[in-house]
Parts: sequence; C-alpha cells; structure tokens
Amino acid sequence: MSRSPRSGMVENRGLGLWLTHAGLILGVAFIFFPIWLAFVASTVSQPEIVHPPMPLVPGDQFFENYRKALVAGVNAPVALMLLNSGVMAIGIAVGKIIISLLSAFAIVYFRFPFRRVFFWLIFLTLMLPVEVRIVPTYEVVAGFGMLNSYSGLILPLIASATATFLFRQFFMTVPDELAEAARVDGARPMQFFWDILLPMSRTNIAALFVILFIYGWNQYLWPLLITTDPSMNTIVMGIKQMFPSGDDIADWPVIMATSILAMLPPVVVVIGMQRLFIRGLVESEK
Amino acid sequence: MATVTLNDVRKRFGTTQVIHGVDIDIAEGEFIVIVGPSGCGKSTLLRMVAGLETVTEGEVRINGERVNDKEPMDRDIAMVFQNYALYPHMSVFDNMAYGLKIAKTPRTEIAERVQVAAKLLQLEPYLQRKPRELSGGQRQRVAMGRAIVRKPAVFLFDEPLSNLDAKLRVQMRLEIKQLQRELGVTALYVTHDQVEAMTLADRMVVMNAGRADQIGAPLDVYAHPQTEFVAGFIGSPPTNFLDAAVLGGQGARLGIRPEHVHPGPAGSGRITARVLDAEALGAETLIHTRLPSGELLTVRQNGTTGCPGEGEEIGLDWADADEMRFGPDGRRI
Ligand SMILES: Nc1ncnc2c1ncn2[C@@H]1O[C@H](COP(=O)(O)OP(=O)(O)OP(=O)(O)O)[C@@H](O)[C@H]1O
Ligand SMILES: [Mg+2]
Repeated sequence: MSRSPRSGMVENRGLGLWLTHAGLILGVAFIFFPIWLAFVASTVSQPEIVHPPMPLVPGDQFFENYRKALVAGVNAPVALMLLNSGVMAIGIAVGKIIISLLSAFAIVYFRFPFRRVFFWLIFLTLMLPVEVRIVPTYEVVAGFGMLNSYSGLILPLIASATATFLFRQFFMTVPDELAEAARVDGARPMQFFWDILLPMSRTNIAALFVILFIYGWNQYLWPLLITTDPSMNTIVMGIKQMFPSGDDIADWPVIMATSILAMLPPVVVVIGMQRLFIRGLVESEK
Repeated sequence: MATVTLNDVRKRFGTTQVIHGVDIDIAEGEFIVIVGPSGCGKSTLLRMVAGLETVTEGEVRINGERVNDKEPMDRDIAMVFQNYALYPHMSVFDNMAYGLKIAKTPRTEIAERVQVAAKLLQLEPYLQRKPRELSGGQRQRVAMGRAIVRKPAVFLFDEPLSNLDAKLRVQMRLEIKQLQRELGVTALYVTHDQVEAMTLADRMVVMNAGRADQIGAPLDVYAHPQTEFVAGFIGSPPTNFLDAAVLGGQGARLGIRPEHVHPGPAGSGRITARVLDAEALGAETLIHTRLPSGELLTVRQNGTTGCPGEGEEIGLDWADADEMRFGPDGRRI
C-alpha cells in the first residue's frame, strides 16, 4: 500500500509511538527507581545516608563499600554467601531439570505398573510446597545430618512436579514416529533420550533453567532454617540478617551494596540464557 | 535381499480384532504393495513386520527365520514413515548416519555409505542442512536415504508419498521403483492409492477390513477380481454392480466395468438406460445412466465417439466374458 508520508495516518502512528514509548519509559523508571536508590546508597558513606535529604546521585565510596561487603560483610563475607547461593541455585535448577526430564521420559514413553498412580503422586506434590512440609522435611534433613551443608540446602527442593509436567507436555508433542524411527535405527531407550529427546528439549531446558535458577536463588525460608553456621548462609537470607537488631547501628551502604550484588547473578543468568533461549525458539521445530 | 512370510498373522488391540489372519509369501527382491481403504489394517500389518507392533497370533518370518519376538533393529529391515520422522536437530548427514553410528560402524565406512546414498538420491548438496531447510520431496529422499544406508534385507514403506503434491508423487513413485530395482531389496509398500499400487507392485495385496481379499499381479487383480470388494476398489471409475436377478443367470450381484459397457441405440443391447449426465474428459467420456430398476451405471467410452444427450434413452451391451458374478458372500463365482 502506498501512502504519502505526511498523511494523517502516519502522523497519528508517530504520535502513538511516542506516547507508547513515554508510557513504557515511565513504567521502567517507576520500577527502576528503588533499585537506583539502592545503588546510590551503596556508593555513599554511612553519614550521608542517615542525614536527609537522601542523595540521588552516586557518591565516591563505590569501591570502598563493595570491597568491604565482598570480603567482610556483616556476619559473613558476601563473596562467600554469593558462592553458597550460586551452588544452591545451580544445584536446584540442574537437579530439578535432570529429575523431571527422567520422570517425564518414564511417564510418557514407558508402560509400567502403576504408571497412573505415579503420575498422580507427582501431581499431588504440587500441593505440597516447601513451606507446607517444612517441619517434616527439617526432621528428615536433620536426621541425615545434612544441616549446614549444600546437600541439605539443595536436595529437599529438587523434586519438581511443575517441571515434570512441562517436559511431559513437550514429550507428548514429539511425534511417535520419531521414537519408532529411532527404534528401527537400533537406538536403545536411553540412547533415544540422549541423542534425540534431549537435544530437542534444549529450548525448554534453557527456559526452565532460568526460572528454576531464580527460584533457587530467592529461597529464603529453607536456608534460614537449616543453616546456622554463618559460613553456609545464602545471600538472600544474609541480607535479612544484616539488618540491625535492637540498638545496633546498621551499615546501610554495605547492606545496599550486598543487595545490589545479590541481584546481579539472576540478571546475568536471564540475559545470558535469553540469547540461547531466543535462538532456540527461532531454530526449534518438531 | 530376503524373503518375507506371513503365516496366518492376526492382531488384536484389547478385544478388537484388527487383522483376521493374513498369509503372504514374498519372494526375494519382490515389490509388494498393500492397498486398501482407510482403517483396513494396512499400517498395522506393516508395523507387525517391522516389529513396532506385537503379533497377537501367527508368525512373521524374514528369510525363513521367525522374528515375532525380535526387536526392529535385529530384523534387518528399514522403514520409511509417512511423515518421514527425520530427527529435526540433526543434519541430513547425521540423520542418515544415526543407525550406522549406533551399530558402531567405522567412521570412514559411514561417510562412504552416506555419500553413496546421497549421490543415488541427489542429496549431496544438502548433507549439512537440517530437515526443516529442505522441501517436502527432499525430506522424502532423506527418509529414503536413511533406509538405504543401512543396507537392509527388507524395505518397509508406510504411505511415503501421501504428503507430497500430485506431480512430485508421480516422480518419486518412479524413483522408488527404480531404486528398488537397482538395489534389489525386497519391499513392502503400504498405500491407499490404487494408482500407486498398480504402477509399483510386482504383486499387490488388496486388504479389506483386516483380511487380504486378493493377492496377485496388478493387471491380474484388475482383470480377475476374486471378490466384490476388490472389483469395486480397484479401477477408476469403479465397477458397476447390478442385482443379478434383473438380468438372470447365477449369483447375487453382477459386476461390469465401465469400459466394458458399449452404448447403442435405444432398444438394442441387454438393457435400456436413461442418460443422467455425460462427463467429457477429453480422452474419454463418462456417461452416467439410470436403469429402469433405479440402479446407476457408468459407461466409459472413447472421447472421440459421439455422446448421447441428457435424458436420452440408450441401449447398453457387454460381452459375456466381461461379466463378473458374485455370490451372496461377495465371492466370485
Ligand atoms: N493402537 C491401537 N489401538 C487400538 N486400535 C488401533 C490401534 N492402532 C490401530 N487401531 C485400529 O486398527 C484399525 C487399522 O488401523 P491401521 O492404522 O492399520 O489402518 P490403515 O489401513 O493403515 O488406515 P490408513 O489408510 O488410514 O492409514 C483401525 O480401525 C484402527 O482404529
Ligand atoms: Mg496407515
């Protein structure tokens, strides 16, 4: 369709475009403002924060505050807590993905006794999030002597009905003929899983990894319960523990620096996986 | 190359019997086409030979050896699926090589065999592409290539051409036939398209509701159908069926092919009919008529012969030898 560039239609669209952008920018600013405040607070000195008005431009204490947070922290060095959180988040994400891939594979491709029962059992666990079963789970983990350990942080959170369902749905869209072709080609079930099903699921795996990593990273209640040793603290609970109790004076710049640091890994994962994720989406085809 | 024997093969899904005892003896290098309407059990039969479906009763033998309990890979067969079932994330080369890789064939031999197959199928320029970057015909060839590289004793095809357009279908049909001849591999080919069946088959198996109604060379089946079903299924336009009582003689039903009916002036011939419609198709003309009994009868005549107008009465005649009479059970008398 040809239209003069000065026609009302185009101008309207131009205006609409600007309005849309203005709206979006406003929205982003609105969401981003607290984060900006936290960042500013992490770059100034303690006296500057407690004296109103609150500073709105970064100060000159950036390196000082972040160094202090990373190596010293309040209870434990932030670097260590970041490491703990990273191990837990990756452990949960990878563990959940492996378990749910395997269970979905079993449910979709194998006929075994009580298949439906198992299916519904997995389904039932959806109704039992960590918070609901936290006391018995604590009992079990304590009984195994896994308090203050990575396995204690990771294992109880690994079983995942949601991810199992997602993979089950995906596997069911894979044509049966593909499994049959592989069978004719001589592939054993696990070979089919490795060589064909797994590469075909990579998009779903990437998406799930992002979601589960953030889920694991943001765990608060469970780590709080089972880690008493500060060296096993995770960052999310660590921040909370930095808050002053009673008359202590809070070192706000360091707390803010810690908050900013705690935000970075999920952002990195989202951005890093997004590329893979979108590439997978564009390429994927069944 | 191998023989394939089906011995009273039956299949039940739960309580529904789908295949009611099929016997076929396939010679080495023979091209057998299984043809029949949708749902008659063609795929099920083929999949039992492939080992993708268990055999409820009876025996499947490949090269004389009973294979009922063998895995597909141990049966020395290769199968081409209707939707090709190519591995979407693998290149054309890897798709063809996958079976060989699993069989732990040496790398150099894999490359060599894939090259040979690719050359045969004109797939050489596409070896590094993914299946989705190929046209339907090329995907079809890759599926064929995957079957060829394994050098199987038997090829199994389940409607391999039904996803292609008409023109490509004709071309691929010829290619499949040539390839099978060149390689000399025994082939079992399922289709619901009678043209494919007629052109490809050394012998064809006409299936009807889980039974093999007739097995024979295409022209033989066409000329001498053993059952009413076969007479009606093979041939286009289909055979006319009349109540045998109207014209006298034995049997319950009388079949006569459209090209065997000769129109003449009203009052001549065996029976008089009213013309309902005439379809001039160029090379031939189809005249649809209604008999006094109300039955419809189609006549097929040369396109150059003059054709009667709508509503006209004409006489119809045919030779005794062209009559096909069937008993009440549908069997040929
Ligand atoms: N897994 C199954 N469970 C129950 N019934 C089945 C199953 N597979 C096939 N059938 C039934 O068996 C009959 C034959 O099916 P089959 O797929 O062999 O037909 P077909 O001749 O290949 O038909 P088409 O030309 O449509 O492919 C059908 O009535 C079908 O409903
Ligand atoms: Mg079929």
